[in-house]
Amino acid sequence: MKGFGQYILFLGSTVVRMESFKTNYRLVLEECVQIGLKSVALVALVSSFMGAVTTVQTAYNMVSPLIPRYVISQVVREMTILELAPTIIAVIFAGKVGSSMAGGLGTMRITEQIDALEVMGINSASYLVFPKIIASLLMYPMLVVVAGASSLIAGYLVGNITGIITPTDYIYGIRFYFDDYSITFAMIKSFVFAFLISSISSFKGYYTQGGALEVGIATTAAVTTSVIAVLSADYLLAQLLYVR
Amino acid sequence: MLKVNNISKSFGGRTVIEDISGEFDKGKTNLIIGSSGTGKSVLLKCIVGLITPDEGNVYYDLRNFTDADKEMKAEIRREIGMLFQGGALFDSKNVEQNVMFPLEILAKMSPDEKLDRVNFCLKRVGLENVNKKMPSEISGGMKKRVGIARAIVNNPNYLFCDEPNSGLDPQTSIVIDDLIGEITHEFDITTIVVTHDMNSVMGIGEKIMFLFKGRKLWEGSSADITHSNVTELDDFVFSNKVMQGLRKRT
Repeated sequence: MKGFGQYILFLGSTVVRMESFKTNYRLVLEECVQIGLKSVALVALVSSFMGAVTTVQTAYNMVSPLIPRYVISQVVREMTILELAPTIIAVIFAGKVGSSMAGGLGTMRITEQIDALEVMGINSASYLVFPKIIASLLMYPMLVVVAGASSLIAGYLVGNITGIITPTDYIYGIRFYFDDYSITFAMIKSFVFAFLISSISSFKGYYTQGGALEVGIATTAAVTTSVIAVLSADYLLAQLLYVR
Repeated sequence: MLKVNNISKSFGGRTVIEDISGEFDKGKTNLIIGSSGTGKSVLLKCIVGLITPDEGNVYYDLRNFTDADKEMKAEIRREIGMLFQGGALFDSKNVEQNVMFPLEILAKMSPDEKLDRVNFCLKRVGLENVNKKMPSEISGGMKKRVGIARAIVNNPNYLFCDEPNSGLDPQTSIVIDDLIGEITHEFDITTIVVTHDMNSVMGIGEKIMFLFKGRKLWEGSSADITHSNVTELDDFVFSNKVMQGLRKRT
């Protein structure tokens, strides 16, 4: 509970004594490049494999001839939009971006760079962390869209190349009984996950004490805590938002 | 002038500094000396506000810094320049961006004026043609110089240096010490240097505070330090073979 209280105070400290809009705008753009653009390739690659595997696995498990083939792409669509794109990519995001945030801030702390900011009269939490959170909130939903598209395209290609499902059936299944609330739900999840990963990772890095070993420990803690928080939030959001 | 009144600080029940009072003069190089673990850096961090003391107050020209609100603290901090032990240069910025950083945040100047000021400060610390180098590409001594340039770029009234000679060879240490002394006099600022290097003490120490086990044991000038009659200070000063030789000769 003490740690949770410290986390809440930390979040509060990121929105007080802020730098000018111009400074924050520049910092957010820089973070968007680090967090978003530099993650696109990894996200697209991982999502493509997820989509391909989901297509093959679903086809393998659908043994009844009474079930139409387009159900395969319908299952791929639902799994991708509701879980694989927002949630599995969140785990990847925590591993890549979260660890980088915690490691970067931890190193800044132990090399007195954060102290240097404080001595200059700058609110280091606001200067360093606020842009990371905003950039994550902006870029992670876009990464989820990239992940969803990559997954569905990979499923289409694999289904087509291996002869599991025809392109016509695949497209029909993708469109069949499509509920656009799934997209809304995925976007809500994306914002929540982006906030949790960026804030928890920054928190763990910001309060690192000691040396290189402690930076490593903080980085590991950032990833594990973020993943647990994401999976817990995933369950809570499913319970809260998908009961209609 | 900077004044500390009855400063005490404990961590987890262990008292690190206790009841320290003193004044640090403007236009002088004020030194806080003592062996490792005596609380010098903790006292310095209490002075600059990186650590809040359990008891006591710090006054910047009669302004109570310890009890000041956040706005007042931020205002006073804008008058502070600090050189950290390892330089604390921002890894992601090059030399020019590091030195320009306080100006970007705090000063209302045109980009050309900022660049001129940065080049002036880099030249003042003896660094030219290194503007585009990253901190990882320069030596420890150069990092310290860049740190000094960054500390003075905003025309501070107070300059703090935490172990400016740590990790440097004796020759470079002297250069850094001289630079700190010169800048103090040239810009008439209040400088506090935390050190355990006797070369610094004898070279630039105009007013010296000696700490032992978290308490202030002695205060004076470098001229008085060799005949203080304080056993702990004598042990510290003459632990060095050069100083031992000097004592034998006198």
